Amino acid sequence: MNGIHDMGGMHGMGPIEYEKDEPVFHHDWEARTYALSLALRLGGQFNLDAARNAIEQLPPADYLRMSYYEKWFIRLMNYAILNGAVTAAEMETGKPAPGSARAIPGLVADMVQGMIAGGASARRNVRIQPAFVAGQHVRARNMNPAGHTRLPRYARGKSGAIIRDHGVFVFPDTRAHFQGDKPQHVYSVRFDARELWGGDRNPRDAVYLDLWEDYLEPA
Amino acid sequence: MPHDDHEIPPTDLTLRVKALESLLVEKGLVDPAALDVLIDTYEHKIGPRNGARVVARAWVDAAYKERLLRDATAAIAELGYGGSQGEDMVVVENTPEIHNLVVCTLCSCYPWPVLGLPPVWYKSAPYRSRAVIDPRVVLREFGLELANDVEVRVWDSTAEVRYLVLPERPAGSERLNEEQLAAVITRDSMIGVAKVKLP
Repeated sequence: MNGIHDMGGMHGMGPIEYEKDEPVFHHDWEARTYALSLALRLGGQFNLDAARNAIEQLPPADYLRMSYYEKWFIRLMNYAILNGAVTAAEMETGKPAPGSARAIPGLVADMVQGMIAGGASARRNVRIQPAFVAGQHVRARNMNPAGHTRLPRYARGKSGAIIRDHGVFVFPDTRAHFQGDKPQHVYSVRFDARELWGGDRNPRDAVYLDLWEDYLEPA
Repeated sequence: MPHDDHEIPPTDLTLRVKALESLLVEKGLVDPAALDVLIDTYEHKIGPRNGARVVARAWVDAAYKERLLRDATAAIAELGYGGSQGEDMVVVENTPEIHNLVVCTLCSCYPWPVLGLPPVWYKSAPYRSRAVIDPRVVLREFGLELANDVEVRVWDSTAEVRYLVLPERPAGSERLNEEQLAAVITRDSMIGVAKVKLP
């Protein structure tokens, strides 16, 4: 979706505010929000693409105003309801519905280190013939899906060169909406700064984006 | 955006997060002890010191550096790091001719196993909006002035590959051993917004 989260190239966001010796979390509630989100994801309750999509559903003004973990907290509530883990009534009362079944946590303490170390790669070991090869010139498609996508607006319609083929990964545009993995090649594509931003940019500079095959067409 | 700008007042957030946690625990969806382990892990065990050890090793061991640039995920795993949000890693090397900078314009993608969780500025609207269009101005704000004949490569990590910058080894560091080198390597130099300097 053409949302506020797609910020690359926007003006007016102000200077970068740098905090020296910044702590990992600024408040205990941030740490708990982070851990709750990660516990549900590692425990299999959270699909990362759908979770990113859930953040993108925030109204733009809220997205800009809220702190990072505040957005995570709102997402956590919305997502828990969306995937049926918690009902809206339970969220309201703060108590499990009388007589409701008690689940078994997908992640318990002694599983944490193993789950973090193992990770959850979006790579899929399936053999699919790549449509593009390194060195080939491509164009990012001019597409404007209303749903989740990882093709930033600033690259759409722009031409670049394939630098490498990263292999086959699940496709966020479908997975975020529970429409399947649609595995396909992801390529590192180099876009000259002048192609993206105009002729007054330094001719040496470039932006590299990792793009799924469905985002690309031959140039 | 400063981190203390909120829609919901922080005192309310404290109460509301507590309420949500106790509901999820009561429903059996989360184990509170697992939350404690997760927080401890990312506050104390996984952070930029991991990345610094990778960079220091690459500086002292040419064969390791070659492996790191060819297959970063495997080379980083040699030092015992990997997993969540670093399943598929790429390392890009800074040289006198090329400067690399990492951003995620769409959210906050960041290589957790080697750098830990991202700082607020990395996730903020100013950095995300400006790094791709005005990288040289952004770098100047971080105190890094690059000559016009240096090529700036911005890596917008919006897919599932995560990037670590291999900064240049500073002049005058020849006498330092691997451990001493690791101690001077900063998080910011591995994102690409700074160079490594000797104290």
